Amino acid sequence: MIKVNNISKSFVKSQVISNISATFEKGKTNLIIGQSGSGKTVLMKCLLGLYDVDNGEIFFDEKKYDKDNISNMSNLRKQIGMVFQGSALFDSMTVLDNIMFPLRMFSSKTESEMISRAKEVIKRVDLKDSDDKYPSEISGGMKKRVAIARAIVLNPKYLFCDEPNSGLDPKTAIIIDKLIQEITVEYNITTIINTHDMNSVMEIGDKIIFLVEGKKIWEGNNQEILNTDDKLINDFVYSSEIFKKVKLSQKKKP
Amino acid sequence: MRIFFHIGRYFLMINYTFTKFTKWSVLKKLIIQEIDDLIIGSIWIVAFMSFLVGGVVAIQTALNIESPFLPGNLIGFATRQSVVLEFAPTLISIIMAGKVGSFITSSIGTMRVTEQIDALEVMGVNSFNYLIFPKIISLLLYPFLITLAMFLGILGGYICSVYAGFSTSFDFIQGIQLDFKVFHVVYAYIKTILFAFILATIPSYHGFFMKGGALEVGKASNISFVWTSIVIIIINFVVTQLLLS
Repeated sequence: MIKVNNISKSFVKSQVISNISATFEKGKTNLIIGQSGSGKTVLMKCLLGLYDVDNGEIFFDEKKYDKDNISNMSNLRKQIGMVFQGSALFDSMTVLDNIMFPLRMFSSKTESEMISRAKEVIKRVDLKDSDDKYPSEISGGMKKRVAIARAIVLNPKYLFCDEPNSGLDPKTAIIIDKLIQEITVEYNITTIINTHDMNSVMEIGDKIIFLVEGKKIWEGNNQEILNTDDKLINDFVYSSEIFKKVKLSQKKKP
Repeated sequence: MRIFFHIGRYFLMINYTFTKFTKWSVLKKLIIQEIDDLIIGSIWIVAFMSFLVGGVVAIQTALNIESPFLPGNLIGFATRQSVVLEFAPTLISIIMAGKVGSFITSSIGTMRVTEQIDALEVMGVNSFNYLIFPKIISLLLYPFLITLAMFLGILGGYICSVYAGFSTSFDFIQGIQLDFKVFHVVYAYIKTILFAFILATIPSYHGFFMKGGALEVGKASNISFVWTSIVIIIINFVVTQLLLS
């Protein structure tokens, strides 16, 4: 579980997130949604420690996040897996080497044990015949699978995904969403996903936080989002005609 | 005033580079890879440039000596002094700023724009140490390249002046040995070590802190080359003043 209390972050001229409090639950896919520029990525980078917060507190399983405590931070980092928007795979390494990278850096396993663990996660994310390929030789969907495999290879307690299905076709996007949700339940990890993809919201939104201009406006799940009367969230979620029809059909049901 | 911000951040980067070391088994492979990319990969260009420029120095010297009172060994002497004192350490370093420096900036810059550096940091890897330290260590072999440049520069001068009829083999070799000061070679290697550090770190700085996309990677490589060359020239001036004047 990750808990944030009143965190704020500003850059030189603007307040990007203000006084956000939220709890991201274990074993659930927690979604942060909002328009571009609403502060989703900044919030995630604050949680990851890539940005220092101006004020507020962050707790990882009741332990206060303290960037100055180097040994705690070092241990915490090893418990975090991250899937970047562009996958962020190392170009100069093969798929297998990318997945083995965290093991090589942080585990004391032998080479054969590391290969065996990497193969295990490769199987779990359903990657076929790509161990020796380089990232430039595989498709976008496969890159996401490799990124997920790399993120979970050390059995993390927390998984962060920044727009994991951006740039993917709708079918592959749903497959990747489902894969993240399954892994979250299977490994019992706290997963936080940044997205503005409404399919993800409807499919895997166990918990959803909606941000507008850096402020938390709404909190709920994918069932509650269908029935909310909040104007801002309705304007965001039902901005497309298709979703408006879904909403109307929901309302017509007795 | 912006320059002070960059100087400060550059020294902070150097400080971070020597803290929180990457696992030795990983670092070892990275160092070997960097030696291959930065040193072995530069041998041919250094050899080619040194040989020809050494030849040009000898020919230019010969063509500018008109007085019959000047000794025949002057061509060898002038070639040795030019190559050892300036051409090999300084000019080759400026060429390397273009070859190796651009490579370093563009490779680190590409890692920055594709979030690979963020990925390292999220994993808890000290990205400064992981990316820059192996480059600094591999460039400790840079004096080897400069030694090669010195040898081939003088050899180029010898072949051009002897076979083009500007000097005899005996005169040229006598010129090379004339008034030889070991300290001149020491001075050249002191410069070489300093330039090696500059070649590893200034391009890394420009790659590491760049912002933007693919176009900006190109611009960063360009700026990195300019600044690396400027710093090499300034250091050359300062070291020459301190050690030779």
